[in-house]
Amino acid sequence: MAGRSIMGLFKEVDDAVEAADKLKENGMDDFEVLTGSPYPEGAFGEKVANHRLYVWPLVGAALGFSIAILVTAGTQLAYPIVTGSKPILALPPMFIIAYEGTMLGAILSTIIGVIFESRLPRAKLGLYDPRITEGYIGLVVVAPDGDTDRVDALFKAANATDVKLEPVGA
Amino acid sequence: MQQRPTLTEIEINRDLLRPTLDTPMWFYGLMAFLSIFAAAAIGAFAWAINHGTGVYGLNRPVMWGFLLVNFVFWVGISHAGVMLSAILRLANAEWRRPATRAAEVLTVFALGTAAMHPLFHLGRPWRLYWSMPPGYDFGRGIWPDIRSPFVWDPTAISTYLTSTALFVGLLLIPDLAVLRDHSSGMRQRMYSAMSLGWRGNTRQWKLQIIAGFLLSALILPVFVSVHSIVSWDFAVQIAVEGWNATIFAPYFVIGAVHSGVAGVISILALLRWMFKWENYIRDDHFDALARLMIVVAVAWFYFFIIEFMMGFYPNEEPELSLRNLQLTQWPFNAAFIVFALTSFFIPVPLWLFRKVRRNVALMFWTCVLVNIGMWLERFLIIIPSLMRKQVLTFNWGSYNPSPIELILVGGSFAMVFLGVLTFVKFFPIIPLADAKEGEIMATEIRVGKVMVPAAYREE
Repeated sequence: MAGRSIMGLFKEVDDAVEAADKLKENGMDDFEVLTGSPYPEGAFGEKVANHRLYVWPLVGAALGFSIAILVTAGTQLAYPIVTGSKPILALPPMFIIAYEGTMLGAILSTIIGVIFESRLPRAKLGLYDPRITEGYIGLVVVAPDGDTDRVDALFKAANATDVKLEPVGA
Repeated sequence: MQQRPTLTEIEINRDLLRPTLDTPMWFYGLMAFLSIFAAAAIGAFAWAINHGTGVYGLNRPVMWGFLLVNFVFWVGISHAGVMLSAILRLANAEWRRPATRAAEVLTVFALGTAAMHPLFHLGRPWRLYWSMPPGYDFGRGIWPDIRSPFVWDPTAISTYLTSTALFVGLLLIPDLAVLRDHSSGMRQRMYSAMSLGWRGNTRQWKLQIIAGFLLSALILPVFVSVHSIVSWDFAVQIAVEGWNATIFAPYFVIGAVHSGVAGVISILALLRWMFKWENYIRDDHFDALARLMIVVAVAWFYFFIIEFMMGFYPNEEPELSLRNLQLTQWPFNAAFIVFALTSFFIPVPLWLFRKVRRNVALMFWTCVLVNIGMWLERFLIIIPSLMRKQVLTFNWGSYNPSPIELILVGGSFAMVFLGVLTFVKFFPIIPLADAKEGEIMATEIRVGKVMVPAAYREE
């Protein structure tokens, strides 16, 4: 659907909720809520964000474990000296390093996963207002062509402090 | 635990960004003062590289001195930082909000400083390269033996340092966006790049919150493993009576928590005094942290007693001689008395009183005492144990720390504080998003004629 992004900026939470309700009544339920602090999910009636973050640490852990085993087993097998009739592969120290490798892999991949799932980094900020980090709430919706005036009026009716329209060609 | 001012997001931004955007002149003076000590430490290290490790007071059989004592001390401080942050996050403790990032930042700088000490001690820092996988010389078949705890130790510390630094960086992104929105020019470009285009939509906030919990859960086991592994640097040495103890891993972990939480409380008190953050780092927070300290201190004392008692239990001569050295020979007997008083017998009874727990100055100084005691604890574990004459000791000298070692130890404190202050100069040390979320989640109820905060709505 072709359209332009439009953002209403609200000072009060209740006003933003009212505007969000009106958007949904008008068939525009795919809107983005921008806030300067975390609100409980669903506070504005927005769609619940789905993600696959929980897969990332598992994959990272498996990778980290494999690399740690490869390094520890590889270095011992590559220089096999039997000491005190013990096996070449010393499992307890291998476990220690494999444990650290597993955790490092899980943590690194989780961090990459959070950035990826958050759709970051973004080269352009898009429709945004610095007042959002001062407590204002931004409601961004892609209005169908010709509907921007209607959305503008809808935001203003809900006491929007400001309404911004995405520049043409942005 | 009931008085609590209501703050708007604008007030929170103004107060918590003040050190970053409107840095007072005295702040630079303090940084310059600390830089003198840090520079002295760098100079001392350069001297040691140039003249060799003979400039240290190390002497057979005491080949681990103040630098290794200080290493264990800073690793301990670093560990409780993230432990505190992670446990409070996972437990959803409301009073975690001002403490988490300070704890994490203290961890990063304390651990970074700790990691330098083995290099100071060895005197040839460039050789570190060959102990890490990129430096393994497969052509000549030369690489470290993974059976050695000196391979486990750098593996664990580098894992912990990397994880913690990235953890701090990830959770900093929303606050970097606030800085981006409140700065201009070069500084704004820097914060824009670092905030990665953060907008603050529902998806991004949700993932930030999950990341806080998930990474806390992942870092906690690393925290436990790292200080366990540091303890194994000692515990796997079968020839040194004072070290070869199976209880060392949990004993070191709980000792790290004891000194680390005390370190976090000290830092919070300093931040409150320096930036007048009474509305953010409140008496309630010190009260809650002091209660936590009582539990931790008692647990640590239990492990200490068990470790000490088990030394006597077998009634073996070498072990008894070591305890005799620690308890009755100068200067270790004096160090032992100071250690026992400062790490437990003075602070813990004081913390039982509510007035003390809510007195920031008393909390600061009792926590400083704890860390004096915990430094001495590591000293008493390392030095007297090595001073014992062993079967194969053929050359028996004594240990006196050299001026170079004293400068390095003193400089390490300056380095950690300088690191924390540098962070404060560029980034908010109290998470803005957490402080704002605390305001959103706060609910007030009327009790008689007053409005008091009720239970907080938690995720």
